Amino acid sequence: MRRSVSVAVLITVVVLGFAVWGARNSGVAAQGKAQNAEVKIDNFSFGPAMVTVPAGSTVTWTNHDDIPHTVVSADDPKAFKSKVLDTDEKFSFTFTKAGSYSYFCSVHPKMTGKVVVQ
Amino acid sequence: MAGKEKDELLHDHNHDRIDEDGIDRRGFLKCMAWAGTGAFCVIRGGVLRSYSFSRLPALDPKEMAGELSFAQISDSHMGFNKAANPDVAGTLKAAVDKINGLTVAPEFLLHTGDISHLSKPEEFDAVQQILKAAKPQDVFYVPGEHDVLNDDGKDFLDRFAKGSKGAGWYSFDKKGVHFIGLVNVMNLKAGGLGSLGHEQLEWLEDDVKLLKHSTPIVVFAHIPLWSVYPEWGWGTEDSAQALSYLKKFGSLTVLNGHIHQTMQKVEGNVTFHTAASTAFPQPAPGKADSPGPMKVPAEQLKSLLGITDVNFVRGQQALGVVDSTLE
Ligand SMILES: [Cu+2]
Repeated sequence: MRRSVSVAVLITVVVLGFAVWGARNSGVAAQGKAQNAEVKIDNFSFGPAMVTVPAGSTVTWTNHDDIPHTVVSADDPKAFKSKVLDTDEKFSFTFTKAGSYSYFCSVHPKMTGKVVVQ
Repeated sequence: MAGKEKDELLHDHNHDRIDEDGIDRRGFLKCMAWAGTGAFCVIRGGVLRSYSFSRLPALDPKEMAGELSFAQISDSHMGFNKAANPDVAGTLKAAVDKINGLTVAPEFLLHTGDISHLSKPEEFDAVQQILKAAKPQDVFYVPGEHDVLNDDGKDFLDRFAKGSKGAGWYSFDKKGVHFIGLVNVMNLKAGGLGSLGHEQLEWLEDDVKLLKHSTPIVVFAHIPLWSVYPEWGWGTEDSAQALSYLKKFGSLTVLNGHIHQTMQKVEGNVTFHTAASTAFPQPAPGKADSPGPMKVPAEQLKSLLGITDVNFVRGQQALGVVDSTLE
């Protein structure tokens, strides 16, 4: 009886320990790997049109045109949506989940781009 | 491919190819009036006559005056203040002066959208204030994409399209001519063009169902309802369906804005026309990296901005669309 209880306790401690260690480790790894990216809006286009970043990274768009643009997720429901960006205004979004995120300018829908989160 | 089509259109603008009497012997004409120039096209007895702007002063004013006269302005972009035009209020005032100076006073105005640059209340206010000085006091608006940037265009609807259907479409009659204002700047899809949408198309089909085929129709909307240059989004993806409901009418005139330059295409009984902006010019299709505002020397600006004046003469079966620059 006594022995089996201590084994159970030991297993619990070991499992908990692993869980804590694992969480810390992945947290450190994600933060360490996060690579923020910049996308320029210039001449009615997103440049680069595709960016690939690790999960946890923040992407920032800056409008360099004389015309307002938006950055809007093409998915339903929308993963993100900027307000209207006038000249020199910025929009940032932090991508926490892996996946492929297509987006466009809702004012000029010919303008499209993609963020791939790994 | 697109470039080749564009060149053909450009060549078609060469009015020198039309015989001295103004009759296009090929029976088909696309007159494209680039910014700063203009063309006056009249359909009379089924024959299209085209007059270059330089010949206009020689025309009898009575020939141009109609039973119904109205003017179109577009793309006033109030709030824009960049190098391409730091004074869009000043050029809108110049457009009002131009309208007030027309030989035949227009009965009302159409504004084909992009009233404001950023949908701000003070931008809408400024345009309404400036247009109070226009002799025609009735103004019919449709929204441009710059007018519906916030709250799905609710402010636009409240101010400019009270009592309209859906996102702001409506129709009305003036002296036997049926006018239809359409909205093609809402719910645009990634990678797509202007869009009318199912609900509006159904309304349109219903709206014209009981009209006689002899009723002249004028359709106005912001983004061109013909394929001007899809690469820059200068077209409407479901415009063909809209036109299919309208082609049975003997006289159909389609007035648009959005591309900040005058352009005209005549196909059978349908005349497509885009108006100049009152704010800033944009490049000819494909002639720049992007359709952004075109910076020109200050002294040239007013020659690239303008208004459009439309005259309808029932007895003569004539409909004239005339562009004037703000110079
Ligand atoms: Cu845009």
